[in-house]
Amino acid sequence: MTRKTRRLWLVIICVACFGTAAALMLRAFSSDIVFFVTPSQLTQNAQPADRTVKLGGMVVANSVKREKHGDTPVSSFEVTDGQSAVTVNYEGVLPDLFREGQSVVAIGSMKNGIFIASEVLAKHDETYMPKEVAEALKKSGKWDPRFGPPPDAASWNSMTVKDAKKSLLPPPAPAAQ
Amino acid sequence: MFLHSVCETNKPLSASHSSASRLSSFFHRYANPGRFLRLGKVLQPWLTWPAIALTLTGLIWGLFFSPADWQQGDSVRIMYIHVPTAILASAGYAALALCSVLSLVWRHPLADLAAAEIGPVGACITALCLATGSLWGKPMWGAWWVWDARLTSVLILFFLYLGHITLIRAFDDQQRGYRAAAILAIAGAVDLPIIKFSVQWWNTLHQPDSITLTSAPTMSGSMLWPLALSMLGISLGFAAIVLARLRASVMESRIRSLLSNQRRHNGDLS
Repeated sequence: MTRKTRRLWLVIICVACFGTAAALMLRAFSSDIVFFVTPSQLTQNAQPADRTVKLGGMVVANSVKREKHGDTPVSSFEVTDGQSAVTVNYEGVLPDLFREGQSVVAIGSMKNGIFIASEVLAKHDETYMPKEVAEALKKSGKWDPRFGPPPDAASWNSMTVKDAKKSLLPPPAPAAQ
Repeated sequence: MFLHSVCETNKPLSASHSSASRLSSFFHRYANPGRFLRLGKVLQPWLTWPAIALTLTGLIWGLFFSPADWQQGDSVRIMYIHVPTAILASAGYAALALCSVLSLVWRHPLADLAAAEIGPVGACITALCLATGSLWGKPMWGAWWVWDARLTSVLILFFLYLGHITLIRAFDDQQRGYRAAAILAIAGAVDLPIIKFSVQWWNTLHQPDSITLTSAPTMSGSMLWPLALSMLGISLGFAAIVLARLRASVMESRIRSLLSNQRRHNGDLS
């Protein structure tokens, strides 16, 4: 074994050991690395009332109620992961991207079965589409943004309203209430 | 110092002809500073001008002529800078780690110089990635910064770059600096898969990749083309800047050794 080969093996072994150590550490801390918990995780494991958690999920269609108490807007909406839903109350201005069917992350704590949020963040998904495409998809009935993410991007460019009417998809089932 | 180490590494190559030595003779072919400078001089314009042309085309297309996103509006245009810088932050670090392996295992003198030159460029581009991401995050998410797995692992990458820049220049004995920085760079490479897969392994606020090898991109073609152009342009630009810095650094070490030889020569005469 030449010195070069020995050094190469040394580097490979060091990288393997270091990688294993990092992987074990990340596994051990994975519950802290996740940015948010889902509504079903939150309802299954009852959290202490004063513990701040981040709740992530999709805003349920037709669940958003907005009011105004004096100058501060007050809103209430349900967040779901498809299995269970949690009602969130929030006092403050919602981010621009907030809408029904959008994924959001609410930071706060559970009080009497209702999630009191101190901050609401909107999560953007990985789709990027021009306004015209979104309008066409909505008009054709292929997609209702209130019920979740849009159809496969491969179909956008070739799709016209006429095509869409021919192969009208059944509207997705509304998420669990 | 530099010339001395080049001579040393070139010597055993002519003696043996095993496959291992053929591999290292490939690596060492351009360890000869003269040969590297000649190749670099030819290569430089072929990197620089396409980089400028493609980046300008991609960015002008993306910033002014591509459509606005249906819900992000014009903020989507930040993507045309953010995504290329994010990819290059990781790719630059991968190049840094590769140079470090070449330096530690094969004692390649040019790899040491390249590692020293990639560091600052990579740090700048990582900073640009973090800054543009933050500018996008405020209007879209409602926060400048969140401690999710993707953002945190990229911030760690930025600090790895800063650590490498400092460490490689921290020793009076240049060779010790190269060794120490190379070990840091190789150890830090563990962060690269974490960055890449953070959005799949854990739930994050950052969105998953829109462009993957396994499925069709979830991005409209009218946005994909300018993004591809600016990605290619900025990548070539990164390579062009690193090459220019590396050529300057090779010339600098040549001049240094010439001067020290001359000084020694003059000292001998007096």
